[in-house]
Amino acid sequence: MSDVRPNTPSVADRTQPVATGGSAIAAHFLGDTAAFVLSEEAAMLVKADGTSQRVPLHDGGILSSTSDGARIVTGGDDGKVAEVDRDGTVRTVVADPKKRWIDQVALGPDGAVAWSTGKTVQTINRKGEVRSLDLPSTAGGLAFLPKGFRLAIAHYNGASLWFPNAQAKPESLEWKGSHLGVTVSPDGRFLVTTMQEPMLHGWRLVDSKHMRMSGYATRVRSMSWTADGAFLATGGSDQLILWPFSSKDGPMGKQPTILAPHAKRLAVVACHPKQPVVAAGYEDGLVLLVRLDDGAEVLVHSSDLDTPVTALAWSADGLRLAFACEDRTAGVVDLA
Amino acid sequence: MSDKIPVTVLTGYLGAGKTTLLNRILSEPHGKKYAVIVNEFGEIGIDNDLIVNADEEVFEMNNGCICCTVRGDLIRIIEGLMRRKGKFDAIIVETTGLADPAPVAQTFFVDEEVGKKTRLDAVVTVADAKWLKDRLKDAPEAKNQIAFADVILLNKTDLVEEPDLQEVEARIRGINPYAKLHRTQRSQIALDEVLDRKAFDLDRILDIEPDFLHGDDHAHDHDHHHDHGHHHDHDHHHDHGHHHHGVKHYHDEEMQSLSLKTEKPLDPDKFFPWIQKLVAEDGPAILRSKGILSFKDDPDRFVFQGVHMILDGDHQRPWKADEKRESRIVFIGKHLPEDKIRTGFADCVA
Repeated sequence: MSDVRPNTPSVADRTQPVATGGSAIAAHFLGDTAAFVLSEEAAMLVKADGTSQRVPLHDGGILSSTSDGARIVTGGDDGKVAEVDRDGTVRTVVADPKKRWIDQVALGPDGAVAWSTGKTVQTINRKGEVRSLDLPSTAGGLAFLPKGFRLAIAHYNGASLWFPNAQAKPESLEWKGSHLGVTVSPDGRFLVTTMQEPMLHGWRLVDSKHMRMSGYATRVRSMSWTADGAFLATGGSDQLILWPFSSKDGPMGKQPTILAPHAKRLAVVACHPKQPVVAAGYEDGLVLLVRLDDGAEVLVHSSDLDTPVTALAWSADGLRLAFACEDRTAGVVDLA
Repeated sequence: MSDKIPVTVLTGYLGAGKTTLLNRILSEPHGKKYAVIVNEFGEIGIDNDLIVNADEEVFEMNNGCICCTVRGDLIRIIEGLMRRKGKFDAIIVETTGLADPAPVAQTFFVDEEVGKKTRLDAVVTVADAKWLKDRLKDAPEAKNQIAFADVILLNKTDLVEEPDLQEVEARIRGINPYAKLHRTQRSQIALDEVLDRKAFDLDRILDIEPDFLHGDDHAHDHDHHHDHGHHHDHDHHHDHGHHHHGVKHYHDEEMQSLSLKTEKPLDPDKFFPWIQKLVAEDGPAILRSKGILSFKDDPDRFVFQGVHMILDGDHQRPWKADEKRESRIVFIGKHLPEDKIRTGFADCVA
């Protein structure tokens, strides 16, 4: 297994291993502190000097996690939305009165938090004002638009764009099928959902024009925009698939760029915050840095352990990469 | 894969005794922990287990087949439960009384992630001995639940006289001769009869004889009563009529089973295109299918099962020297296109 990429340059020796104490569902950076959100109860914060701190967040499973670089917000099966900052200070943002699962969370550009419990989506702003929206079906994913206080919600048969502060009904984007994840391009022009089927669906928001992006081996579970917004990097296949979004038509009528083919599925992708480089984590533990210009690869973590990569995150300066695998293997790689 | 979490689906029409069975499962001293997915909180009073409320959201898949539906909420809930892997031994899904079991079952075949971490163990249907006959007439959901079942509890038998019980059993058999049928009162049953049945395990499709041909035999001493008047031959239900001479035999006008077999080896290049075309065309009619196949020049038994248009099959193991190399397929469905299936299957002979 270790000779999968024999001639690939490696930075694996720059890895500082992390004992997370659990399987991580997500990783984030809060300044220079790496944070591993575990599948149950807590997050492990690891400072640049290697000291770590376990921070309890939920009484049970952690279902969702997001970060804006200043704080992490998580949703739990204990009905709580929790928040932690880089010092490890924890706050309960909201607690569902019926203790329903918090399925999805999102953080807005102005510090607002959105969360969903089944068919209900709610937001809370900095002032503590709560807004609520009931959907005809369960919310699959949430993402704030880059500008204004507007939330994109994926659900069955399409997506909705909701202004929580407006009385108006949400704008509806329709496409048959179950839409799960959702992401909005950094320039706010495109909305893309992952579907129950192995495909993505996209809308150009100015005219709701459709884009179908298919050809995946399985349900797509990870999407990440390149720093310049030119590409959407995606997992779900046994290679890195990047859809071009720089032209006004996005990927309509265009072929994706395909890099880093491997024998196993690509599970998690994370685009470098500055460079045209994607960190790609596969289902056998392989983590590669892939340069988009020429497809050059650098090995970060080998596939020796044959355990799926579950989380990848870049520090804001792009000098450190955090990764975690299902078997609790985790580390922070120093690329400076 | 032994580390997959088994999932038992409990169905049954309103008031049949599902919740009683569920409470029984949860309260017996089995030392196991269950994650339970229910539709209504409240009726279950067990603190020890994980209880999750579901919405029964049935989603159509975008693959051009209207019968290919999944339970979207189940995919989400199972994924969430897997965060707490190790905290429970098995999952039980209780459906509403009006639910169709097919989308629940299909979820485990359609969603790769769910299929990787869990395995559908069995569909267990609780039926009300007193009212089932009426429900089979007026409630298509009740009939679906019987047709789909791997295990049927004919419950509340204390409220019904023996001749009526025999009649309702015969009606159940007319729809689904393959399920394990148990008479119960207050849903009382040994838990190993409903849990860990491995009914969807390809390795367990060893024997697809109708259940009442094997020993489970309270149904064996009734008057013979063929409910003819239907245009086709009914013998396909039990193609060894003499084995169960005396069984009261009802034919359901709508839901039937069909069992075919041949000792001639099949040609895989004919069989696979045929079965795929069949389920693509008649998937909505075919609730479940199963088969053990002997292919020409192939030392292995091939086994398959299907739910509507979804098929799952694999080479199982080499045929044993003393084993009769016989191919056998069974279907349970609504208005099955019998002649088409018979002819098509016959044409698959190598």
